[in-house]
Amino acid sequence: MNSDSHPAYLAHHFTDIVQQRDSAKLGMWIFIMTEILLFGGLFTAYTVYRVLNPDMFYNAHKHLDITLGTINTIVLITSSVTMALAIRSMQFARKKATLIFLLGTLALAAAFLVIKYFEYSHKIHLGQLPGRFYTFSGIEGTNPHIFFSIYFTMTGLHALHIIGGMIVISLMIFRTARNHFSSEYYTPLELTGLYWHLVDLIWIYLFPLLYLIG
Amino acid sequence: MDTTGTLLMPPASSTIAGDVDALFYLILYISIFFFVLVVGAALIFTLKYRRKGEAAVESQVDHSLKLEIVWTVVPVIIVVILFVLGFTVFMKMNIVPKDAIEIKVTAQRWLWTFDYPGGSNSVNELVVPAGKPIKLLMSSTDVIHSFFVPDFRVKMDVLPNRYSTAWFTAPDPGEHNLMCAEYCGKGHSEMLARVKVVSDREYTEWLQKGSGPPEGMSLEKYGEGLFTSRRCVTCHSVDGSVNVGPSFLELFGHQVYFKGGGQTVADENYIRESMLDPEAKIVDGFDPVMPTYQGILNDREIDALIVYIKSLGNQREH
Amino acid sequence: MNTIPERNFLNHPTGLKSWLLTLDHKRIGVMYLVGISVAFLLGGIFAVLIRLELLNPARDIMGAQTYNQIFTLHGAIMIFLFIIPGIPVALGNIVLPLLLGAKDVAFPRLNLASWYIYVVGAIMAIVAIFTGSVDTGWTFYTPYSTGTGGSVVLMTLAVFVLGFSSIFTGLNFVVTIHKLRAPGLTWFRLPLFVWGIYATAIIQILATPILGITLVLLILERVVGIGIFDPAMGGDPVLFQHFFWFYSHPAVYIMILPGMGIISELIPVFSHKRIFGYRAIAYSSFGIAFISFLVWGHHMFISGQSPLASMIFSFLTFMVAIPSGVKVFNWTATMYKGSISLETPMLYALSFLFLFTIGGLTGLFLGTLATDVHLTDTYFVVAHFHYVMMGGTVMAFLGGLHYWWPKIWGRMYNEFWAKISTALVFIGFNVTFLTQFVLGTKGMPRRYYSYLDQFQPLHFYSTVGSWILALGFVIMAIYLIRSIFNGKPAGDNPWGAATLEWTTTSPPPTENFAETPVVTHGPYDFEAAGVKPTFSR
Repeated sequence: MNSDSHPAYLAHHFTDIVQQRDSAKLGMWIFIMTEILLFGGLFTAYTVYRVLNPDMFYNAHKHLDITLGTINTIVLITSSVTMALAIRSMQFARKKATLIFLLGTLALAAAFLVIKYFEYSHKIHLGQLPGRFYTFSGIEGTNPHIFFSIYFTMTGLHALHIIGGMIVISLMIFRTARNHFSSEYYTPLELTGLYWHLVDLIWIYLFPLLYLIG
Repeated sequence: MDTTGTLLMPPASSTIAGDVDALFYLILYISIFFFVLVVGAALIFTLKYRRKGEAAVESQVDHSLKLEIVWTVVPVIIVVILFVLGFTVFMKMNIVPKDAIEIKVTAQRWLWTFDYPGGSNSVNELVVPAGKPIKLLMSSTDVIHSFFVPDFRVKMDVLPNRYSTAWFTAPDPGEHNLMCAEYCGKGHSEMLARVKVVSDREYTEWLQKGSGPPEGMSLEKYGEGLFTSRRCVTCHSVDGSVNVGPSFLELFGHQVYFKGGGQTVADENYIRESMLDPEAKIVDGFDPVMPTYQGILNDREIDALIVYIKSLGNQREH
Repeated sequence: MNTIPERNFLNHPTGLKSWLLTLDHKRIGVMYLVGISVAFLLGGIFAVLIRLELLNPARDIMGAQTYNQIFTLHGAIMIFLFIIPGIPVALGNIVLPLLLGAKDVAFPRLNLASWYIYVVGAIMAIVAIFTGSVDTGWTFYTPYSTGTGGSVVLMTLAVFVLGFSSIFTGLNFVVTIHKLRAPGLTWFRLPLFVWGIYATAIIQILATPILGITLVLLILERVVGIGIFDPAMGGDPVLFQHFFWFYSHPAVYIMILPGMGIISELIPVFSHKRIFGYRAIAYSSFGIAFISFLVWGHHMFISGQSPLASMIFSFLTFMVAIPSGVKVFNWTATMYKGSISLETPMLYALSFLFLFTIGGLTGLFLGTLATDVHLTDTYFVVAHFHYVMMGGTVMAFLGGLHYWWPKIWGRMYNEFWAKISTALVFIGFNVTFLTQFVLGTKGMPRRYYSYLDQFQPLHFYSTVGSWILALGFVIMAIYLIRSIFNGKPAGDNPWGAATLEWTTTSPPPTENFAETPVVTHGPYDFEAAGVKPTFSR
């Protein structure tokens, strides 16, 4: 055995806290790469069908609400800021500030989903649905349902990742409240932050590709 | 059946087959050479350097840049040669001669139909003149199939809603197997058809005739032949056994019961409707998978089939 | 010291809960070993059934629809439940931290989670078999897979779940190799099995998400009809093939790279000589991993893709063959002037050399455009991939299993029966699959339920081969399981090897090493390690 008295947050198979933290961060970056590839597949499908149907994509995207999309973009970027501030607060062992910023991130994420809910229900109402459920008739071009298939798949998968992130952030709130973290140890917060920035980054690519064509 | 050809390859029956086979055997000899080299060396070393005691080994040489370069560069040269030869022949396979006769091929579950210039068509039998380039324009009505004639060394996927192309020239008359080479469900291995390479004169005659019974053949016999050549046999039996579709034994003149209620006596009209509009009535206990023969069977052929099915109507002694 | 230590990772702590909630990588590895063995048994039974049906062209024991399900399940189970997890989870998990002188992998809880994810995926796949089965082939090509009946959604969801197990394992291994090496264990002192596992992990991490999204799109196509692969809705069924093979080609290198890593361990030890070309072999693993992402189109030469694309893929395919060839030459050169001992692990390594060489060389026929047109979608391809997957990976796996068996259980198996079994497996394999090359060149397509009469004799031999193969495996199961209870105690280092796992007891204690080892020599430096060649048989 190596050290007789090591902190509770140091797992026994690591020699020191630096090794543990470096390992955790490396692991998280690798996971992030897998997420980038996952969405990369969808971006590829988007590219293929947009190249095949440029006019239809342009016409179809006009039916997306740019205002709501822009608000959502600002919401997510702000949530990334609050997330970063949460981590910064724990670096200075300010538990209350950490909790506030984490709750803020959670609230902004929820706001994102609420806005998405309004967007989705509007489309459902109009019949702008993926694939064989498509019944809307106001878009010129062949196979307009393709645009909405891709729109719903990409934003849907993204929304699932937001929900997943919210669950993890809630867990972080719980653990912060229970004093699991300190100015010496806040790695799980950092990892959550990394994940959240990724989710934000994916939206920053999705938004122009879907909402700002042409 | 397969009495000609080489040890490993079927008979080379198209103008490209020789090139493909030559390349195949070149790769084979190269492979045998390297296989003998590696396995031979391993075997010799195993025998020669068997462990005899606790003595340490003679040589601790564990790397050689020279060797690494040699056994990297030499294989690269070899594979580049193979690549060039491969793509040269491949280009020949992809560039269709200008004067090729164009035949339309339609694949569906689970048969092939062919449409010829001039309007005639055939099912599961591709008739082509010898010595002339044939261009095949192919598409599928359902899933992906693949057009494969081993003797010609020709294979190309057949896609729905798209055309794919293949071509060949078969210098000599003969018959060859045509098979589906892309898994397409229950009848994938039943999509067997024949390519008949005939003389120019026979081909022209065949086109003009369209199709019809040879002189002297009764309509019933003709129908029996069509039962096989138009591949009804793929899904229907004549001995009472139930297959994808109902058996024709004891069919004509008997009651037929349909999915969702309804029934009828199987008469000439019912049989005719079943061939041209199979979705109209589905027999209870079966699936709606029969393809339509509209445009595939002409009236004479339908008459012949009806006569044949009629002849199976009262076989059983009761 | 040839006694089994009283307290080792197997017998302490005790109780089912201590296994199901373990964080010990060795226990997790053993549980995985059980899982993939069951998968191999199931997949193998389906294989025997396939061969039984193919004894005669007409119906032997099942109808066409059932046959289509059986070959689909054989492929799906063998690939997703056995060979892709395969060596990394069953042997890598147990051995990697030991090889590195570490106490465990970087993320033990993630490791346990990976096992549970594997089990959930396996259960989902088995349920799918019973709730309607799948008849699409393991490749799920559209539009057939979007329209056919059966539990396609459940099966593809099962594969999706299994993909996470693969990703997390790869992630865990990469971080472990980077961060948890013992002092003195520099990159070029790493055992080559570690290099192999590392290259494999890179592919697992980067390629598996693409499979994930492909399956999601397929499921959405079936359930919601998004139309992305449906030509009637403006979609492209060939796009599915591009997505599918973008993962599934790198996946075959997930299958072979760990196997090659094992061969790199076995040949030096059983030749008692340093491996020839250490750096060449290490770099070639990464070369293979990198190029593997660029060749997927060689599965699609006749799919309707442009001839230009086909040409580029053909060229790159030849390039990926070169590093594999380099490895084979280096392994053979290692044996030169060595001190060669023919115990079972070495017999498997030699089998690998023989069979993988055939498998690899037959790849040349398929990479060459003109010959591929004739050979693709025939039994030639079936023979080719069985030679590399079974003749390659499975032989390497069995070699590794027999090599590390005494380390895991502390006991030796019966060498006589092991040699018999190896011979039966080797002979049975060749009889089964060599014939299939000829079936292919003669024009027999794959996935065929019935066939032309002229192919019957070759099918007969192939089926008989499958029985010999099965017998070999049955014998293997018997002597291996018996050895767990009755085997002779093996001691710390029965093979005279110089890597770290042989410096601790057999079985090792839970914490792996009594003291953290310090490494002062290379992995195959027998003299520096003070290890003599074992000479007892």
